Amino acid sequence: MAQDQGPIRKGRTITDGAAGLITRVEELAYELKIDEVMTRDVKVVSPDTKMSELLELLRQARISGAPVVLHGRLVGIVSIEDLIRSLRAGDVESPVSKYMTPRVLTVHGSDPVIEALKVFTQTRVGRLPVLDQADNLIGIITKGDITRGVLRALQYDYQEEEVRRYRASHLFEDIVSDRTSLILRYNIKPRDFAHGGAASSNIKRALLRLGASPQIARRCGIAVYEAEMNLIIHTTNGGIIRVEIEPHLITMEAIDDGPGIADIELAMTPGYSTATEEIRELGFGAGMGLKNIERCVDKMLLESTPGKGTRLEMGIYLHPSALSKDANLSPKEGA
Amino acid sequence: MTLQEIVEHLSLKVLTEGKDLSQIVPASGYTSDLLSCVMAGAKHKALWVTLQSHINIVAVGALLDLSGIIITEGAMPDQATIAKANEEGIPLLSTEKPTFFVVGKLWEMGLREA
Repeated sequence: MAQDQGPIRKGRTITDGAAGLITRVEELAYELKIDEVMTRDVKVVSPDTKMSELLELLRQARISGAPVVLHGRLVGIVSIEDLIRSLRAGDVESPVSKYMTPRVLTVHGSDPVIEALKVFTQTRVGRLPVLDQADNLIGIITKGDITRGVLRALQYDYQEEEVRRYRASHLFEDIVSDRTSLILRYNIKPRDFAHGGAASSNIKRALLRLGASPQIARRCGIAVYEAEMNLIIHTTNGGIIRVEIEPHLITMEAIDDGPGIADIELAMTPGYSTATEEIRELGFGAGMGLKNIERCVDKMLLESTPGKGTRLEMGIYLHPSALSKDANLSPKEGA
Repeated sequence: MTLQEIVEHLSLKVLTEGKDLSQIVPASGYTSDLLSCVMAGAKHKALWVTLQSHINIVAVGALLDLSGIIITEGAMPDQATIAKANEEGIPLLSTEKPTFFVVGKLWEMGLREA
């Protein structure tokens, strides 16, 4: 009989994945700060503003309420419900101070989002003014802001997860060989300023995709950019950029067939450049390119024969044992 | 301080689109017209003030993950540069004012991290 088949499940069964997601949303409510999700550009009114002017503001800004501010201090909050009360009473020429809620619940920008959520669930307010530590109004938060903020954070998590899935180490782990590497090649044309930076941008993006840390990707990007611009600015026939990614090491090479560097030591001197006036006007030829490369990479080798060409090899270690060295080598990296 | 507030306070012209400037908070500022100096000196998330307006500023901005680029003295980037900036998500802002004025205003507004 049909009844013996047990209770019919309504709706979806919660999978482990979904359960994980619920927990993550809850976590985010604690991790995200109110000032990360709030609306910063707040429309405010003064106690003397007429209800009819409020109506115009709500309509034009497409908002459903506004904080009431006097001499920079928050003195109340007025909502569309208050506006409806004044409309019903045929009293829209009265000031906002007559209809506003004077004692306002507020939250601080540095509080976690959960603090605002608690107020929303415990009371019936729809929006909360956000204050900084000195009690200045810095924003306003609604449930919609929280939803958007959480969705943004989840999307970011998802992208991170995607990137992790393709992490180079995993990619390489699955492939059995004595030596596995990925090689990227870019042809650089001389004087092609319009595409200057294209190879380095692509390399940076590829590294991020492979799961390299943003710092490593930025360091590679800067080093390859300088090498790329050198090929564009100085070479006779352009050159080749070749990047080899191995689980423990990124090797970047810039190779050209002329004109070559007469004095490598002089070329390495900060401020020395052979760039023409025309090129300098574009902001290149500061004589800092090779120094920048030296700063960004763990090893650097520059060989050149005048009349024959130049080969620049740069290496950045990825192995965990290189991490401590890593930290020392990027003093300019802010955060 | 958000990029939107900076745009309003300095009456900057926003040349790119698609980015919510009120969600971008520059972490520091940097100014130079020499691209290699910017590569060496600007921190990531910095706001860069320059009078260069050619397409390579976008490459620099993207490689350093800059918050935005303010182009001074009315220099106008071409369409290809603006399209590239949209693609890379680097806000380009322009002003008739000279760099010195812009940097002074940013300092006044409280952007003092170099």
